[in-house]
Amino acid sequence: MSVDPPSAAGAGPEVGADEWVARQARRHEQLPGLLGQAQRLAGRVGWWPRLAAAALAAAALPALGLGGFQLQVGINALLLALLALGLNVTVGWAGLLDLGYVAFFGFGAYGFALLSSGQLGAAGIHLPAYLSLPIVMAGAAILGLLVGLPSRRLIGDYLAIVTLFFGEAFLEFTTNVAPRTLGGPNGIVGIDPIQAFGVQLTSNAGYFYLLLILLVATMAALRLLDNSRTGRAWRAVREDPLAAAAMTIPVSRVKLMAFAFGAVIAALAGTVFAAQQISVFPPDFNTAYLILIYAGLILGGAGSIAGAVLGGLVVVIILDGFLRSPTEAGYIFYGLILVALVVKLRPWRKLAAVAAATIALGFAAHAVAGAISARAVAGGPQSTGWIATAVRDWVIVPASPKTAGNIAFVVLVCLLIALVQARGRWRTALLPPAIYLAACVWEARLVAEPSITRQILIGVVLIVMMNARPQGLLGSRRVEVPA
Amino acid sequence: MTADGARPDAGGQPVPGTPAHPVLSLDRVCLSFGGLRALDELDLQVGGREVVSIIGPNGAGKSTVFNVITGIYEPGGGDVRFAGRSIAGHLPHAIARLGIARTFQSLRLFLNMSVIENVMAATYGGTKAMPWESILRLPRARREERAVREQAEEILSFFGQRLAGYRRDQPAYSLSYANRRRLEIARALATRPRLLLLDEPAAGMNPAETHEITELIGRLRDERDLAILVIEHDMHVVAGCSDRVIALDHGVKIAEGGFDDVAAHPAVVEAYLGRDPEALAEGE
Repeated sequence: MSVDPPSAAGAGPEVGADEWVARQARRHEQLPGLLGQAQRLAGRVGWWPRLAAAALAAAALPALGLGGFQLQVGINALLLALLALGLNVTVGWAGLLDLGYVAFFGFGAYGFALLSSGQLGAAGIHLPAYLSLPIVMAGAAILGLLVGLPSRRLIGDYLAIVTLFFGEAFLEFTTNVAPRTLGGPNGIVGIDPIQAFGVQLTSNAGYFYLLLILLVATMAALRLLDNSRTGRAWRAVREDPLAAAAMTIPVSRVKLMAFAFGAVIAALAGTVFAAQQISVFPPDFNTAYLILIYAGLILGGAGSIAGAVLGGLVVVIILDGFLRSPTEAGYIFYGLILVALVVKLRPWRKLAAVAAATIALGFAAHAVAGAISARAVAGGPQSTGWIATAVRDWVIVPASPKTAGNIAFVVLVCLLIALVQARGRWRTALLPPAIYLAACVWEARLVAEPSITRQILIGVVLIVMMNARPQGLLGSRRVEVPA
Repeated sequence: MTADGARPDAGGQPVPGTPAHPVLSLDRVCLSFGGLRALDELDLQVGGREVVSIIGPNGAGKSTVFNVITGIYEPGGGDVRFAGRSIAGHLPHAIARLGIARTFQSLRLFLNMSVIENVMAATYGGTKAMPWESILRLPRARREERAVREQAEEILSFFGQRLAGYRRDQPAYSLSYANRRRLEIARALATRPRLLLLDEPAAGMNPAETHEITELIGRLRDERDLAILVIEHDMHVVAGCSDRVIALDHGVKIAEGGFDDVAAHPAVVEAYLGRDPEALAEGE
């Protein structure tokens, strides 16, 4: 008495059969309207044509007349994309939480710096790129194997702590050990550009193209690796190491391989970084940069090649491209609030009510504060541009905004906590003052502190991402394996 | 039904029907967790093309036997021999490579990989292409990849329509419970085993699916030439598929032989139900 398989009648599967249900579920995941059509169209194009199209589009960018600053942002973005790609091997595929990853980047940079500068010996070593790059990458692979050794015994949090130590140790090492050779806190300066066969790469456009080629080549290599026995073994070890071992996969060796691959890609990024910057300093490889790489990977979607690259690009373009000038930072700040409101507040009447209340509250508060003391509103927005002009008579910025801004920031945090805790009407009622206070704090204080604002914004973006799309921009939904 | 006359002597002389040249033999295997003796001088043989079932109440040590055979635990004493060589103390992946595959009682699929990838992942030990060969798509990598895919499709087709068609490329987490159990068996087959260990293959299945699993175990033995060791609580399955049955309690073998004999063995009845109070009174 075996159950008959669902018969495929006509063109599609029978209504109610498993396959029909699966198709319906997939249909539900698609976006409505034009976006959905674009999505379906993109789905029909294969992975390789998409990579080619993206590479060509990126290659056309410098020709469109990007200025020096934009080109530098592009180089930084490609670097972080390459780094996120390498991290994706260790973290996204093999599932090994490697918090020392940035040290491999540093190793690559310092390795290239030593082999291509006057640092070693009397006249220095000036190796051509076709020698120095393989040497540095081979060294990184060995280092990756060594750092990966604890992963044979440690998993999860424990491995994270041990690798974090390694990352910090690298910083200490470069800062304090052998200052003649490694330069101590002064780093290594006067590094040769990348040179091979009599050609020297000196222009930023040249490095942009070099990085683009390396990135596309790495993406292609990883794509081929992902669909091979090695890639499957990595993912199997991430899903369930015990079952992987029972299925003939040598778990420890596979983990070490993931570490080595990640390290090699990071070192490759490091060499280009050193050659382009002409100098390396220990703080270039600190934990803040590590967090940036992780932010890119998580934002884009761990486990997805295109996701890691996109995430890396987006993080740098947001941070370096927009957050340098207060005006552009304002676009992101107000834009994020607006998008969050539009997405989260339904029906539209509620949205309109909250918006109207926020605007009214602002003008009322401004009028009251102005009536009490002229100094209380004498500051004006710290940002510039049309948004600043628009909110001039709306936000309260005192003549000396520093202390008031700090206090307002603490109040804002409290208000946000209350907002999260409140339910229903109370939450809606708390929204206008929270948004208004946030705008005041932004205009009075945060705009003037770009470095802090960057960290806060990255945090906010990740929080929004976790709620809206936990798998990242291009990642695929994953289920957690029950322990 | 009582079969006192033909009752096999537990722990004594070799039981008739035990294979002369076993594929797997456990020889006085002991295992302790702290003070708890999980396995106590356990002898067990499985011959080629033989289905042996292990039964016993919860905590009898059945899954522990599997974990000792597959190298998750190292036996504290005794020896485990597979195809004539000792495998005690070998690493799990090396043991799997030798030809022992298993399924897990609490399904341990690679949930976020597709159905066919689950099966293909288990061919790792049987393939040799290095990462750079895969990246450069060198001949050996391409040849292996093609062979592995064909092998995976062949194995999946062994389960009829259950894992074929559109399901092949669905993630494993989208499968129903019964199909997950089937996929675990399919994945185990991809390691090209000589001995298959099935840990409660019919748990959580309805009667129709249970019947199907029973037939499947027979087909695996006959069509794929496998020696099979099964842990199962469902006595329909045990009765339907076993050539020999071994009953465990507290890590000790209490009975061995044909299903009917073991099921009626007083020690087995006692292990499951406790001692009959009247018999207890008579005994005293």
